[in-house]
Amino acid sequence: MERQNPVFTAFVYASALLLAAIILAPILWLFVMSISSAADLSTKPLNWWPSEIDLSRYRLLLSTIENSAGAAFTASLFNSLKVAGMATLAAIAVAIPAAWAVSRTPSISWSLYGVIATYMLPPVALAVPLYMGLAYLGLLNSVFGLALVYLTILAPFTTWLLKSGFDSIPKEIESAAMIDGARLDQILRLITLPLAAPVMATSALFAFLLAWDEFFYALLFTSDLRAKTLTVAISDLAGGRVSDYGLIATAGVLAALPPVLIGLVMQRALISGLTSGGVKG
Amino acid sequence: MSGTWITTRAWLLMLPLLVVMIAVIGWPLVDTVRLSFTDARLVGTEGTFVGFDNYAKMLGGSNFLRAFVTTTWFAVVSVTAEMVIGVLAALLLNQQFRGRTALRALMILPWALPTVVNATLWRLIYNPEYGALNAALTQIGLIDSYRSWLGEPGSALTALIIADCWKNFPLVALIALAALQAVPRDITAASLVDGAGPFNRFRYVIMPYLAGPLLVALVLRTIEAFKVFDLIWVMTRGGPANSTRTLSILVYQEAFSFQRAGSGASLALIVTLLVTVLAVAYAGLVRKAAGAS
Repeated sequence: MERQNPVFTAFVYASALLLAAIILAPILWLFVMSISSAADLSTKPLNWWPSEIDLSRYRLLLSTIENSAGAAFTASLFNSLKVAGMATLAAIAVAIPAAWAVSRTPSISWSLYGVIATYMLPPVALAVPLYMGLAYLGLLNSVFGLALVYLTILAPFTTWLLKSGFDSIPKEIESAAMIDGARLDQILRLITLPLAAPVMATSALFAFLLAWDEFFYALLFTSDLRAKTLTVAISDLAGGRVSDYGLIATAGVLAALPPVLIGLVMQRALISGLTSGGVKG
Repeated sequence: MSGTWITTRAWLLMLPLLVVMIAVIGWPLVDTVRLSFTDARLVGTEGTFVGFDNYAKMLGGSNFLRAFVTTTWFAVVSVTAEMVIGVLAALLLNQQFRGRTALRALMILPWALPTVVNATLWRLIYNPEYGALNAALTQIGLIDSYRSWLGEPGSALTALIIADCWKNFPLVALIALAALQAVPRDITAASLVDGAGPFNRFRYVIMPYLAGPLLVALVLRTIEAFKVFDLIWVMTRGGPANSTRTLSILVYQEAFSFQRAGSGASLALIVTLLVTVLAVAYAGLVRKAAGAS
């Protein structure tokens, strides 16, 4: 074990504090801005702590009164939920059989590399035809059309994650059931999928987070309340004429809340998903 | 069961995925290639065949070269910084100290924060009038007048790189930490008994365990950095004076702002080719590293 040299220990604690400060300071400041009054945010020298806590922006953004700033924000929040939800479900649905097939059939495992290779494609390489295609189908500015486009990212990604998950479930259990006369659909339904439930849940969460985070396609393919997602709504706020920085910060806090909570609660699963995906490649 | 039937069954199970991927990836990619040889507009004209005109125009123009240099600089500096800071953070988190578990948990926060929120947050921090950076630096006496960090060509790209690093070094740290925890304790203990100094221990005992996972992290991060769009779009839109205009921003402007679908498509394919070359080169590296360890 490491010798417990007091100088070394002090160095470790100092570094840990520095790291914690680097990580936390920007996040805390986002939160402080969201609860500070406009006056506190526009004084020089800056007030680092609000003179009084102002929650009005949260009430404003979460209100659903027609034609208010809140209505636009909550609409984009629901659009993000709908798009990410639909895209995740569709991606998992097509990824499960494919990932299982790749995992159990060495003769086609090369096809997975083709699937992973699509990850390298910059979205701009697909954007122009996708735009024209969605326009042709009348699916521009629709949550359904956007969810469809998100499959370009989510379907390969979930297949890759699920495949490494299926790999860790022993083949022998399935073979035993097959000898007992079970059909393939019974084996999958009764044995493999229940065993793979944690992996499927992690993959679905990853897919949801990816979709929640997506900006490029959402910027291109949506234009108003009918489909505009949260990320686009926030960039509109940040780049627009809003002079209330607290309001922009509040929108940021609200958009960050779901993924950050998922991140904290599911930490272990997400890290092992990230690293097993990363390490196994 | 016979081998052919198993293979056929596997392809049948792959079918839904393949259909989806051909519809949303395969077909658009092929169509991008077709468009790149035409003078099509985004809306309206179908376009006629123009051969390699678009490619010649895009590669010959000064915009492409400048965006390429900007992108490369962004990718090299941010990924290098993320790797170095990430490994240092992982080495720290691998030590025994009180609060270690809590600090590990915090590391996931920047990673979980949506990129657009991260970009917005830093845009507020860099704000020339009321931003926290100006306030903090004046209050501790490092600068005496407020600066417009994102508004000056000299500092905008660096400001973006810092924002990118802050969000992404934790991912490298978490991958490196997982690898560090796989280093058997008796090996590090033995190297201590043998009198290896911290540097040699890191180089010869720990690094072999880290190399593979770090290479994979390097590949993922470099490809991501090369494709960067949302961070830059939200923070600077490629400005000021095009000093932060990366390749993705350039393609976006060509194809969507100026509606030139044909030349935008050719530019997009040039970028795709660059990313592919990068990825293939890295894949070779990874295979070599895997073979060596």
